[in-house]
Amino acid sequence: MNEATALPRRSFGQTMRPDIWWTQPLLVFVGLSIFIVYSTWAAFQGRNYFFGNYISPFYSPEIFGDSPHSWFGPKPAWWPSWLIFSPALLVLWAPAGFRVTCYYYRGAYYKAFWADPPACTVGEPRKSYWGECSFPLVMQNVHRYFLYLALFFLWVLTYDVWEALWFIDPTTGKSSFGIGVGTAILAVNVVLLAGYTFGCHSLRHLAGGFLDQFSKSRPCYRAYACVTCFNRRHMLWAWLSLFWVGFADLYVRLCSMGIWHDLRIV
Amino acid sequence: MKTATFKIWRGDAKGGEFHEYPTDVAEGMVVLDAVNQVQAMQAGDLACRWNCKAGKCGSCSAEVNGMPKLMCMTRLSELPLEKPITIEPMKAFPVIKDLVTDLSWNFRVKKKIKPFKPRPPDAPDGTWRMQQEDIDRVQEFRKCIECFLCQDVCHVLRDHQLHEKFIGPRFLIHVAALEMHPLDTEDRIEELRNAQGIGYCNITKCCTKVCPESIQITDNGIIPLKERVVDDFYDPFGWVWKRLKKLLNR
Repeated sequence: MNEATALPRRSFGQTMRPDIWWTQPLLVFVGLSIFIVYSTWAAFQGRNYFFGNYISPFYSPEIFGDSPHSWFGPKPAWWPSWLIFSPALLVLWAPAGFRVTCYYYRGAYYKAFWADPPACTVGEPRKSYWGECSFPLVMQNVHRYFLYLALFFLWVLTYDVWEALWFIDPTTGKSSFGIGVGTAILAVNVVLLAGYTFGCHSLRHLAGGFLDQFSKSRPCYRAYACVTCFNRRHMLWAWLSLFWVGFADLYVRLCSMGIWHDLRIV
Repeated sequence: MKTATFKIWRGDAKGGEFHEYPTDVAEGMVVLDAVNQVQAMQAGDLACRWNCKAGKCGSCSAEVNGMPKLMCMTRLSELPLEKPITIEPMKAFPVIKDLVTDLSWNFRVKKKIKPFKPRPPDAPDGTWRMQQEDIDRVQEFRKCIECFLCQDVCHVLRDHQLHEKFIGPRFLIHVAALEMHPLDTEDRIEELRNAQGIGYCNITKCCTKVCPESIQITDNGIIPLKERVVDDFYDPFGWVWKRLKKLLNR
């Protein structure tokens, strides 16, 4: 009895927790790092991003580009020659901004990348702390504007799935209805992105959360309840949609390179 | 009967150290039972605050194996008894003695929050009418037992000691309960942003993890309040729309 030990001073990484607390931040760090590296590489490629009626979600909407999916034709003549061009770079900032400012990802990457804190009750590396009160993190409050863009992108990606249902016969040039593995992959991508976007905390607020009296607006209450339903699994939707959007790009890329062959189901 | 070792922090504001107490444990015991047993058999001067032993009074908050918990709701069967179990006072508050901390800062903070200000009564008898769906959200926040485990785990208070700038998750939930109340007419958004420092919360969700009442503190309380702050201070279109609506309603 009464065997005394000194109270340890908590410095970076120190805790009294006996569990493997670092597993979750490490998984988040590895998962997000892989995605960031792959998506950056894919965005700068500027080729192998479409295969027939399929287009990679990283490159959609293709504002300018060489594929038949382009909205306004090829790269404009006024584009500076010294500036790297890739259709993905024109659009990818919007979904990236939506994820970077997302309430779930914020909490996750503050822990995994900035150790602020590394995990609950684990010592931090820095003494100073500003939170999201001052620049640059006060800019996280722009999230709802990225939400508006994300909703637009969701509509565009849904249209891409519609396009992926119409295959052009190379001999006759006529398009006919069909479903390929790529169609299914792009459709699942839209479903997962919709699950993630419709569970957004900002959307929850805008749909009805701003009200104090739901009974005064039934449509708002129903919309709020619907968003709340998705919001309960926001983390799961976030990770599934992140993985799948990367996989959808990889699938289209490998088909375009001739490494994988798209299988027609119907 | 099995024996387990409890490393209990003993000391006061000047400092302290861990003391090891091996004690018999039986099936169904909680951490508070073990602490009471140590108090009765080995350390009569061990200071420990407790009351209901049913997870409703919020008195026996402490850190068990490094995580803020109610000692009365932490079963020994959930803990790895082959190793010593550490029990410490809450880190976010000044220690008085052993496991007892000074929580008075919390009560001072609560006094500064604008109180409930209902609209005029709906009926001549001085009563109000509310729909269940209007009050559902607020009822979740009213489950809070003020154990202050959420305050303890919050790194803004615990590690950075920003008690003067940030009111902590417990009181953000209190503000949410008032602000989202269907009868309340008070506006607390400006205070939330400035004096109460909601921007200091960086959404780690540790408060939600430790809440013994399973209140979704971050998702249902803090983030909706952050969005209300965005409405008033960071959304230019929302700001213009609100002003326009006010003008049209005049």
